[in-house]
Amino acid sequence: MSLRALRKEFGAVTAVDGIDLDIADGEFFSMLGPSGSGKTTVLRMIAGFEQPTGGQVLLGEQDVTELPPFRRDVNTVFQDYALFPHMSVVQNVEYGLRVKKVPSGERRPRAEAALETVRLATYGGRRPHELSGGQRQRVALARALVNRPRVLLLDEPLGALDLKLRRQMQIELKALQRDVGITFVFVTHDQEEALTMSDRIAVFNDGRIEQVASPVELYERPASPFVAGFVGTSNLLTGATARRAVGDDGPVSVRPEKIQLHHRTDLGAGGHQGGGADGECVLEGVVTEVVYLGAATHSVVDVGDGVHLTVQQQNEESSIDHLFARRGERVVLTWRREHVVRLDGAGRSTGDGSGHNEEE
Amino acid sequence: MSNVLHRRPGLRLGLLLTPPMLWLGVAYLGALGALFITSLWGQNAFTGEVERTWTLDNFRTLLDVDVYRVITLRTLAIALTVTVVDAVVAIPIALFMAKVASSRLKGILLVAVLTPLWASYLVKAYAWRGMLSENGLVSWLARPFGLDTPGYGVVATTLTLAYLWMPYMILPIFASLERLPDSLLEASADLGARSVETLRRVVLPVMFPGLVAGSIFTFSLTLGDYITVRIVGGASQMLGNVVYDNVGAANNLPFAAAMATVPVVIILVYLALVRRTGALENL
Repeated sequence: MSLRALRKEFGAVTAVDGIDLDIADGEFFSMLGPSGSGKTTVLRMIAGFEQPTGGQVLLGEQDVTELPPFRRDVNTVFQDYALFPHMSVVQNVEYGLRVKKVPSGERRPRAEAALETVRLATYGGRRPHELSGGQRQRVALARALVNRPRVLLLDEPLGALDLKLRRQMQIELKALQRDVGITFVFVTHDQEEALTMSDRIAVFNDGRIEQVASPVELYERPASPFVAGFVGTSNLLTGATARRAVGDDGPVSVRPEKIQLHHRTDLGAGGHQGGGADGECVLEGVVTEVVYLGAATHSVVDVGDGVHLTVQQQNEESSIDHLFARRGERVVLTWRREHVVRLDGAGRSTGDGSGHNEEE
Repeated sequence: MSNVLHRRPGLRLGLLLTPPMLWLGVAYLGALGALFITSLWGQNAFTGEVERTWTLDNFRTLLDVDVYRVITLRTLAIALTVTVVDAVVAIPIALFMAKVASSRLKGILLVAVLTPLWASYLVKAYAWRGMLSENGLVSWLARPFGLDTPGYGVVATTLTLAYLWMPYMILPIFASLERLPDSLLEASADLGARSVETLRRVVLPVMFPGLVAGSIFTFSLTLGDYITVRIVGGASQMLGNVVYDNVGAANNLPFAAAMATVPVVIILVYLALVRRTGALENL
């Protein structure tokens, strides 16, 4: 599936500002971005609920831009599930087959098989309002999958579920996608969700795509300050601070878990500023805050010029009193030069999924 | 005082509910009961006084005399036709208001539907009398098509009543469609249904309870009407006229009461039928 220079304006507001994207068959593709970034509008244009003001939607070789939703070989899982309240679960699932005039003898077994794949085989006779949120979610999934679409669109389908169920559904969704081999296009504002499930992720900002990359690439090599800030936590260094740490004005970013935190005494007096000879970057600072997160602890370090860096440490000991005792102490932060990510924006990638970042 | 009420929730509930329950039990159901009892009394043919002896004569007259059978069937036919006409007109209007119109236009349309309820019933009926008159608006509009005004009679009565009760049909349907999320319509199209199919399989079932509620209004209001038919009905009579004439001119209260139980029975049958569809639970 491909999008070519896709645009959408609502009056004077530009919701989608020229998007090019190629999604491979069988790919689990996520569109990640804050609310209002245009990702849902793109999804709705693929489904056919919105008409683009410019550009094309291609499904395989076919241009479907002008086609109404019921002529497109895509199906959608809606954020609110949109199950028909006056039909039973199995009637909901076979709805797509029924309106496509599939004979009833074939329809029912296919609907029941679809319910089985989402582990709701015995729930066919119930009404949607008798199900829990997670079960409704799975019915919506079965209702879309039973039509064997070329592309399945999912619009923040896990948003209404609680955290534990969401984690479980993430894994189930990914496994299901691998089994059925259908292209999934998944819209979410939850970066963890996107990282967990996707083959590739497009990060949306303000109607444009900031970067398209695999989860690992996106996390380790963000192409812009926006991506670095939106995907995971990130320490952004610019100007004087960047010069002290890495030797030039940046902007650069360093992930909190890549930074080592040392007592000043551990390193001996007088840190080597502007980059160590051994390929290490060094900054000195004062610990201002220690935040306990369960598995890890975040220390916020004031490194001067009003810049605060976050350092993440795994909680390997059963007590973290020694970490809390550091509040107010002067410390030295070090990290390896290879963990410094340049965010000049020059490496802003387009939809072809290759050659994003410039070399270090 | 308030402390006592706070400690005794049963007493509080009792005090709150007694006046409305008295109203419902005595004034409302009691009146219906009195009506039914009166219908079983007789009348002294000479003095016209009500005789409090039990008799089924009134109901026998009602069933045996042709005129009353014809009037009952005519009233029933008018009520059903009015209901169907209102449904056919109200469904597209409500659909447009709930699902197509912008929120500004929706407000304007809602006001447009409601304002006629402020105008007097009589004024509206007489307005229709004027429009349906020999050289009136309807006649003028119909002439290019080689047609003419239906004149005063059953058709005019049906038209006027359908107009009068239209808001009672539009509003419940509109309310039920307001509760229908747009995503259901999108889901239907997404799953391959064309608009007509979506209308039939998703919109109509969701709208059905509202349609039933509206039909209860239009049907029962028509059954009880006797003024419109006087104004635009020509010589035609409805059940209400028979009741009215027997209370007034004929001064036969027991027979009027017997006649008045007919629409009550019809409505009860109608409600029983509606209940079987399950729509009342979804109102």
